[in-house]
Amino acid sequence: MKPGSSSSHPVDITKDPKEIPGSQIPYEKFLDCIHCGLCTAACPTYLETGNENDSPRGRIYLMRAVVDQRVELSDAVRGHLDLCLDCRSCETACPSGVQYGRLIEPFRVDIQKMDARQGKSSQQDWFHRWILYRLFPYPSRIRMTLVPARVMQTLRIDKLMNALKLTSLLPDKLKRMNDLLPRLKPAEPDLPEVLPAQGTQRARVAFFTGCVSEAMYSHVNRATVRVLQANGCEVVIPKTQACCGAIHYHSGADQAALEFALKNLAAFELDDIDAIIVNVAGCGAMLKDYGHIAEEIEGVSAEHKEQLKQLASKFKDVSEFLFELGPIAPQGEIPHSATYHDACHLVHAQKVQNQPRKLLELIPGLNLIPLNESTICCGAAGSYNLTQPEMADQLGKRKLKNILDTGAQIVISGNVGCTLQIDSKLRQSHQPLWVAHPMELLDLSYRGQKPAF
Amino acid sequence: MVDDTSQTINLSAPVLEKLEAGSRPFSLLIQKLTGIVGKTGILYNADELLVYECDGYIVDKSAPDIVVFPTTTEQVSATVKICNEFNVPFLARGAGTSLSGGCLPIGGGVMIVLTRMKQILELNLRDRYAIVEPGMVNLHLTNALKGTGYHYAPDPSSQGSCTIGGNIATNSGGPHTLKYGVTTNHVLGLEAVLPDGTIIELGGPTAEVPGYDLHGVYVGNEGTFGICTKAIVRLTRDPEAHRTMLAVFQTIGDATRAISEIIAEGIIPSALEMMDHGIIQAVEEAFHFGFPLDAGAVLLIEVDGLEVAMDAEVSKILELCNKNNVREIQRADTPEERMLIWKSRKQAFGAIGRLSPSYCTQDGVVPRTRLPEILEFIEQTSAKYGLRIVNVFHAGDGNVHPILLFDERDQGQIQLVLEASEEILEKCLELGGSVTGEHGIGVEKINFMSRIFNETDLATMEKVRNIFNPRQICSRDKVLPPHGSGNATKVTQTHPARRAPH
Repeated sequence: MKPGSSSSHPVDITKDPKEIPGSQIPYEKFLDCIHCGLCTAACPTYLETGNENDSPRGRIYLMRAVVDQRVELSDAVRGHLDLCLDCRSCETACPSGVQYGRLIEPFRVDIQKMDARQGKSSQQDWFHRWILYRLFPYPSRIRMTLVPARVMQTLRIDKLMNALKLTSLLPDKLKRMNDLLPRLKPAEPDLPEVLPAQGTQRARVAFFTGCVSEAMYSHVNRATVRVLQANGCEVVIPKTQACCGAIHYHSGADQAALEFALKNLAAFELDDIDAIIVNVAGCGAMLKDYGHIAEEIEGVSAEHKEQLKQLASKFKDVSEFLFELGPIAPQGEIPHSATYHDACHLVHAQKVQNQPRKLLELIPGLNLIPLNESTICCGAAGSYNLTQPEMADQLGKRKLKNILDTGAQIVISGNVGCTLQIDSKLRQSHQPLWVAHPMELLDLSYRGQKPAF
Repeated sequence: MVDDTSQTINLSAPVLEKLEAGSRPFSLLIQKLTGIVGKTGILYNADELLVYECDGYIVDKSAPDIVVFPTTTEQVSATVKICNEFNVPFLARGAGTSLSGGCLPIGGGVMIVLTRMKQILELNLRDRYAIVEPGMVNLHLTNALKGTGYHYAPDPSSQGSCTIGGNIATNSGGPHTLKYGVTTNHVLGLEAVLPDGTIIELGGPTAEVPGYDLHGVYVGNEGTFGICTKAIVRLTRDPEAHRTMLAVFQTIGDATRAISEIIAEGIIPSALEMMDHGIIQAVEEAFHFGFPLDAGAVLLIEVDGLEVAMDAEVSKILELCNKNNVREIQRADTPEERMLIWKSRKQAFGAIGRLSPSYCTQDGVVPRTRLPEILEFIEQTSAKYGLRIVNVFHAGDGNVHPILLFDERDQGQIQLVLEASEEILEKCLELGGSVTGEHGIGVEKINFMSRIFNETDLATMEKVRNIFNPRQICSRDKVLPPHGSGNATKVTQTHPARRAPH
């Protein structure tokens, strides 16, 4: 068939809408795109491939064409949609307010469901079943899994294994996970359920601990809580809170994601707190989207929809919250140069861009150097660096080059996924930079301590 | 749900071959092109060609048969030679932000996408030029120059994604062209692959080049003179200082008189942009910038230059605004305030997208002194057709962008929008202006050419085109109406474009 004549492509009206991914998405959301193309250069994958099919405008066009039944969901079309990082950089660039995330996310959920019905779901493979679904959402399980890694790192067996190339015997995805594994710090004891404010109490907040971050970066969570306390916040940490469900939702397991959302609904008492603080951009973006997602998932009661919407409105990124509260200026000097990387799920999904910078500027002695392409994804994007290794590596290298060009000693990232990715790229190229969370630096400054790296 | 109001152009040009998928010549062509650009540099399956069926102009659609992504001039030249050998049409595409269908592959053929040729080949600050590849994004060049004290002056509002090659093809403008000029004033020379595959160099980095000013001829060719593969562009010193202000007027008449008097005074603002009553309301509804909702017009005025000259210029501007009954003037003295004011201007179109399901922007030009007349006419047209029309535009250049708001699902409204647009553009011509300021002719305005130019003018243009592109194998049926074809190939619009920001 000649593509030029495709506008008169016959529509197969007998097809069950369930078999057409995206057919449940409100069609106006596609029409919001006026095809101006201003999003293209904001898209990391388009910057790499230069292929319109790998641009936001192109992907919207493809999704709409699938819904209109102008094209089949071929392997090629799927490939271009799968390559999307869901970083939402295009939403920042779009002058027409297209909600790209609300197109690609439900579209992908539909694809996953279709696959499941045809018995070829990626949800069923060993990686999704054992690693993504049964390990990642549970910090205690990750911590258990990391015990041998900690032992090996302490005894330096990991380096020996790398040197002997024994790690190359692992399946690809596990090898990549091993490469991503940072130098682990000792796990901190569990946080208590309530921590008092220092000085006059200015707010009462709950803290969302996250799963990967609590297992691998428990020290960042402790630093975050201390910074909140130093700013006069009483912090409550409900034990019954659960994973945000992002990994499940984004891989099409929307019912599992809903269960996590409902667990969190039950865990947080909304009435007597000012906000629920999140220090991981990826989780924050998901949690703030609970209201939208409840609308998209089938079988959510009206009551739950309303409650999830209210819960969603309580979540704040820690930098966003502190900036609004009015931060108490820290006094300890940190005489280093640093550069701030914008995590996609902060800058694009949550529009948090200036707040962390303003907080960091308060730290005496810290020299903040602007990072070129700071808002372009580092290639981490949740589990993307495990599922799309090639593009993840290309973007990782791009980010590394921009970071090294600044000459900074510290890279600051507000998202655990970016931290893992950037840290791994730095280690691979033997660069001694420290990848820190903004709260770690603030915490050191409040406590008058110097970083050791 | 299928958007069947759009139509496919199929202008026949019998000298060129039509590719049939699966045919032997088609397979052979794919094989030869793959030999040039490699397997990762070519697309030929229908599902991956679909996104290339239109650019920023979505009224007409036509997909290419093959898309290639060359990375060197030699690959472009080899591709073009193969197209000649197979007698198939080809055309270039950059970011695909054209608003007039400049990247529409009429009759299919090979599309040469230049997005992988995006390097800066040389930055020479002392001689103030840069040599860049055509796929370089306009803003990326300016970003690369940050901190050097220089910038690339042409700044179309799509500069975040449009490419230098596309800017050269359409001779792009932007808010700062009032003072700094359009693309042609900033291109010192270029390298191009002619439609027969020959590689030529025109102009050069030095100030004066003997012989005809062919790079001047080349800029603005809308892709019909071959494919630009390198550009030598001028770098402009960053101004030492600038002042940005927002002047609020009760009526459009007052605002336009102020514009004329500012320019008559010998002051050349670096930008002079106007938003009318309708757009102020739209922007305010969407962004809450704090604009007075009852104002007739708002002028965004920016001057730049030496610090010592600024205050005198600003006080003169204030004096002229006051003389023309300005209501209030907001100054943007900090970089943050300046950013906010510019944001309100550059995002104005986005705000409209939120107000109305569809809109159509026109791109007319009138002599600056006739602005009140055209704006009054637009207002009358709005009342006559019962359509809401708002205006945001480059006032300093007399380049108006009336935006017609409608709902594309209502056929009746669509017809009204087409008629109203036509009347407004006719009026621009009548007032001594033109039907396109910066978007180009492409395929969209091709029917207006014979109304703007007489037969002799058009015949001369055609002769020039034929020197570069005698067989019309490169970007066919653009800019000039197909010769001697009369009404047979006339493209009739059935549906207004939904338009992008500028």
